[in-house]
Amino acid sequence: MQLQRKDILGLQDMTPEEIGLILETAKSSKDILARPVKKVPILRGKSVCTLFYENSTRTRTSFELAAKIMSADTTSISVAGSSINKGESYKDTLLTLEAMGVDLFVIRHGAGGAAHFAANTVKSHVINAGDGMHEHPTQGLLDMLTILENKGGFDGLKVLLVGDIMHSRVARSNLWGLSKMGAEVRFCGPSTLLPSEIDKLSVKVYTDIDEAIDGVDVVNVLRIQLERMNKGFFPSVSEYANLFGINKNRLRGAKSDVLVMHPGPMNRGIEITPDVADGEFAVITDQVTNGVAVRMALLYLLLGGGGNVAAA
Amino acid sequence: MWLLLKNGRIIDPSQGMDTAADLLIEDGLISKIGSIDASTLNSSDGVAYDISGLVVTPGLIDVHVHLREPGFEYKETIETGALAAAAGGFTTILGMPNTKPVIDNRAVVEYVMNQGRNSAVNVLTSGAATKDNEGKEMAEIGEMVKAGAVAISDDAFPVQSADLMRRVMEYAKMFDVPVVTHCEDKSMTEGASMNEGLTCTMLGLRPWPRQAEEIMIWRNILLAELSGCRLHIQHVTTAGGVEAIRWGKSRGIKLTAETCPHYFSLTDQALTNYDQNAKVNPPLRTQADVDAIKAALADGTIDIIATDHAPHALQEKEVEFQNAAFGMVGLETALPLVITNLVKTGVLPLVDVIAKLTAAPAQLLGIKAGTLSEGAPADVTIIDIDAKITVRSAEFKSKGRNTPLEGTELTGKAVATIVGGKVVHGADMLR
Repeated sequence: MQLQRKDILGLQDMTPEEIGLILETAKSSKDILARPVKKVPILRGKSVCTLFYENSTRTRTSFELAAKIMSADTTSISVAGSSINKGESYKDTLLTLEAMGVDLFVIRHGAGGAAHFAANTVKSHVINAGDGMHEHPTQGLLDMLTILENKGGFDGLKVLLVGDIMHSRVARSNLWGLSKMGAEVRFCGPSTLLPSEIDKLSVKVYTDIDEAIDGVDVVNVLRIQLERMNKGFFPSVSEYANLFGINKNRLRGAKSDVLVMHPGPMNRGIEITPDVADGEFAVITDQVTNGVAVRMALLYLLLGGGGNVAAA
Repeated sequence: MWLLLKNGRIIDPSQGMDTAADLLIEDGLISKIGSIDASTLNSSDGVAYDISGLVVTPGLIDVHVHLREPGFEYKETIETGALAAAAGGFTTILGMPNTKPVIDNRAVVEYVMNQGRNSAVNVLTSGAATKDNEGKEMAEIGEMVKAGAVAISDDAFPVQSADLMRRVMEYAKMFDVPVVTHCEDKSMTEGASMNEGLTCTMLGLRPWPRQAEEIMIWRNILLAELSGCRLHIQHVTTAGGVEAIRWGKSRGIKLTAETCPHYFSLTDQALTNYDQNAKVNPPLRTQADVDAIKAALADGTIDIIATDHAPHALQEKEVEFQNAAFGMVGLETALPLVITNLVKTGVLPLVDVIAKLTAAPAQLLGIKAGTLSEGAPADVTIIDIDAKITVRSAEFKSKGRNTPLEGTELTGKAVATIVGGKVVHGADMLR
C-alpha cells in the first residue's frame, strides 16, 4: 500500500488506513534509528527544505535528522536571516525555493492554512509542521505511535489532552487521529481556552481536571503559553497550576498504567510537576524519538515510493 | 432624442407598479409609460427596442461601494468601479470614505465628485465620520455635506468611542444626512478572520464572534434614539443583529438597515479550503444567520440590499489567510445572487427585491432616483430574470477579481443599463 497523496496537511482528512500505514512504516523506521550506523541511502538525491516561519527546535531538528538519516539533502530556512524580512511574499518564497529543486517542503507557519496555501502553490510535496492553531499532524502521529507502542492499539482507549485547547494545533491533530482510530478523546482546560463549539466534535469536554482524568489511559499535557495570561485567558500561573497542573496526586485518578505525555517544551512546575515529568509513567523522551521515526516514515512514503523502509 | 422600450414588464416600486407596458425616454428623462406607438414619434431622432420577456426597473442604487480612489487606484478607480456598476445594472453608487487621503474634508469630496462626473454612472460619495478615520475627532461634516456628500460613514473604521459616535450623530442630524455605520467592536475582533464557531475551530483561525457586530448594532441604535439622527446599519449578517434592528424599528427610532448578497448566499462553510476570496468583514456566518437575514428581508426589517463591493489586488489576497485583505467584489454578481437566492427561491417577490435596490436606497440618501415616474432622470435597468450565467471574474469590468463565486452558475443578469437616457451597458444586447 502506498500513500495516495502529495501532501500531509493534517489528520482531519486522513483515513484510518493511511494513519495505520504511516504508523507501521514508522515502526520500521525506528529499527534504523536503533542501528549503530544510522544511515540508509533511500532518499539519496532528494532535497528537503524546512521552511520555518515560527521558532522551533525539536520539530525542525527532528525533521532534519529524519531526512539526513535517509540521505536526503536538507536546507533550512527560518524567517530571521532570510529575504522574507525584505518583504518577499510567502508565495514568492515558495516558488523561488521550488525553482531551486526542492522536492519536499516542511513548513511551520503561524497562520492557519499556510500549509494548504503551500500545497496549492507548489508541485513539490508539503508536510505541515504546524500551521497556526490548525494542525500539527506529525506531532499527532508521533503521539499516536507512542500510545500504540505502549498500549498495543487504540480501540476504547481513553486519552485526555489538558491545557490550552483553543490555541493548540496538537490537540486538534490528536483529536482527529485518535478518534478515527477508535479512541475516546477528552479535552480539559479553562473554559476561556476551549474553542467555540468544540463539543460538537467527537470529544468529551471538561473544565474539572479530576473529573476529566478519571479512568484515562493517557494524559497528554499541553504546554501553557505564558503570554496568554496577559490576554486575559487566565488570571495567574499559580492559579492555572492549582486548577489544571498534572501532579502525582491528580494522576491517581487515572488508570494505574497511565501514560503521561507532553509535546514539549515543558513548563515544569506549571502544567506538569517535575516528579511526574520524570516519573515512571512519563514517555516524553520516547515521544521525541518517535518523532524522528514518524517523520522518516512520511518522508519515505511521500518521496521514496511505497514498500517498506526496513526492506530497503 | 428619444428611446422607446417596447413590450417589457415594468416594475417600479416607487409607484407600486408591475405592469406590461412600453417605456419612453425623452431627452434623458422618463417621459411616459403605457402603450406607445413609435410611429407617433419623430423617428429620425430616436430608436425603439423590443424587449419582450425582459424586466424594466428604475436604475439600481448601491449604497455601499469601495471605489478606492484616491489612493488605491491599483485596486479600483472611480472609472472602473462605475463601469462595473453599469455592467451589474447599477446606475447610482455611493462610495465609502476609506480612501487615501480619507474623504474627510470638502476638497476630497469635490475631487471624488469631479471624477464621478466623467464616469459611466452617477457617483455619490459619503464623508468620513472622523478625521483621517482615526475615531478621535469629528470630521468637517458640514463642509462635506455642502460639497455634496450625501451620507456620513465610519465604514472600515468603526468609531469605538460611544461618546464620539453620539456627537457625530447629533451633529450630522443638523444637516439631515444619515449616519451610515459599520458595526464592529474592535476589542473583540483583534486578529480575527472568520466567524466564531465550529468551522473556525476546525480551521484553527482566530474567531470573530457575532457579538462583536451585535453589540455595536445595539449601541448605535441606542445612540440614534438619543440623538434623533437617521441611522443606517451597514452589512447586517447575524440573526441577533436582525433582532436588534427589529427592536429599534418597533421603538420608532429612525433606522434603516442593509445586507449584502453574500450574507444570504454563502456561509462560513465557504472558507473550509481557506479561500481568501471568501474572507470578508463582517465574516460569513452560519445557515441559521442566512435564514434570519432572508426572513428579515422578507418582513422588511432589512430595507436595502447593498454590495459592499470591495476590490483588492491579487497580491493582497494570494497570501496566508490571516494576512489576506477583507472583502469581495460585488457589483457584477449582486443581481444574479439576488435573483437566484431570493427571487427564484421564493423568499421575496421580484417587486420587493427591486424596491430594496431602488426606492429604499434613494429614500435613505434623499436623492431623486430609484423611480420611473414621469420627469425623473432616465436611469433604467433592463433585467433578464431567466438568463443563466457563469461567474467569470476575468470578464469583470472591475479591477478586482476577488470573488468566492468563480465558476458558480447563477440565474439573472442586467441586460442593459441606462443612465440619464444613455445606454452605458448592453448597447449591443439591445440591438
